[in-house]
Amino acid sequence: MSRGYVARAAASVERDVGGRTRLTRLRSDGPLALRETAEALYLVGAAAGPLGGDDFELALEIGPDARLAIRSVATTLALPGDSESRMTVRATVAAGGHLDFAPEPTVAAAGCHHRSTAAIDLAEGATLRWYEELILGRHLELPGKHTSRFDVTRDGVPLLRHELRLDDPAVFGSRSVVGDAKAIGSVLLVAPDLSREPHTAEGLAVLPLAGSGVLIAAAAGNSAVLRRRLAQGEELAGSGTSLNAMNAGASSNSA
Amino acid sequence: MDARLLLLADSRLPAGGHAHSGGLEPAVTAGAVTDVAGLADFLRGRLATSGLVAAALAAAACAHAHTGDQAWERLDAEADARTPSPAQRQASRAQGRSLLRAARTTWPHPALEALATAVREPHHPIVLGVSAAAGNGTPHQAATITAYGAITGPASAAVRLLGLDPLAVHRTLADLASGVDRIATEAAAAPDDWAALPAPSAPILDLYAELHMSADLRHFES
Repeated sequence: MSRGYVARAAASVERDVGGRTRLTRLRSDGPLALRETAEALYLVGAAAGPLGGDDFELALEIGPDARLAIRSVATTLALPGDSESRMTVRATVAAGGHLDFAPEPTVAAAGCHHRSTAAIDLAEGATLRWYEELILGRHLELPGKHTSRFDVTRDGVPLLRHELRLDDPAVFGSRSVVGDAKAIGSVLLVAPDLSREPHTAEGLAVLPLAGSGVLIAAAAGNSAVLRRRLAQGEELAGSGTSLNAMNAGASSNSA
Repeated sequence: MDARLLLLADSRLPAGGHAHSGGLEPAVTAGAVTDVAGLADFLRGRLATSGLVAAALAAAACAHAHTGDQAWERLDAEADARTPSPAQRQASRAQGRSLLRAARTTWPHPALEALATAVREPHHPIVLGVSAAAGNGTPHQAATITAYGAITGPASAAVRLLGLDPLAVHRTLADLASGVDRIATEAAAAPDDWAALPAPSAPILDLYAELHMSADLRHFES
């Protein structure tokens, strides 16, 4: 029986005396490779997958007043294998720090068995943009099992604990869960001055949380419509706020 | 089973549950549920998502009530974090407030007083769990009552809104009974660490809850 890759990658950023954000630690590991550019830190898939059996973990540390943007160069394709594949992201963001995490979509291919976990600890005064898109199967293909869990705390208080369990079609295909959507996405924004007004539109809900964050949840028949709906939701939730300026200026390097 | 727990599970308990449809009314308004088969599909999804979240919170609340400890705000915050929809948070707190009033009169217990002191309008599953403890119930029993209520409420709303055959709807509930037991078992087996309690989401229920809040004509509050 073949065993999957175990990869542990990490990046830390700090703000230097000149007010610039500087990478103080960058660790790529096998298929989980990180590349620094002027705009962002890129996840570069150095191998296909994840395949069943793979166990990837990315640890991010954003220091006080530092900013980090994470992007990826390509879609992540979750593929079958001997056992479950796992992707875990852990991040801590210190006061005044900002993390903008927005990789390309994940595609849950037929037969995959993928578990995605993210745990984010925000200090009081930290801000966040966390963007996720999931495509259920390649073209005309039924997806395998994909489960995700997203835990965000702010100053030690839980802000959002959110699972999406796409492992049993009789449940997730229910007209009360995701129905016949082929693309599901969400954006979590955390900032002090976001809109407190909920909004709805076809396949889109903008949900102000009990704490200072807004969850934008969208579903669609394809990825292009999904992306449009998420963009509309972000506009409704955060237009003209400090977070917009933050994301526009987010950078991973010192250049 | 202790007869006090039967009172807690009974829809005739004067705790305002009849005013809530658990998202069934907006689903009917959207044309998503029109018949018994559609209702069964709706309930299956609801049970495994918001039903499991509520059952796990109720089991945790019941276990916590038996310890006599405080910290109810922390468990209440865990319910908030699992309820991104403002309309659902509001409906849960409204039902929690009504049930708390009924429970303090029906089953006086120090844990109900402690909860009422710590949180002004606690989330409904937390009140359910503490009420079950006040009735000498176990966390597993609290989870069963909560999971059961997660499907019986919307089912009776469907009978009223769609004029469905009540016998056919009860047949659907009977078919889902083993699912209720499975969800209650999973909820009661959840870890002691509240942070790790289940949190499965139902994006369509979130959307319906918000649509319902802005609807002009409503029979049910949620």
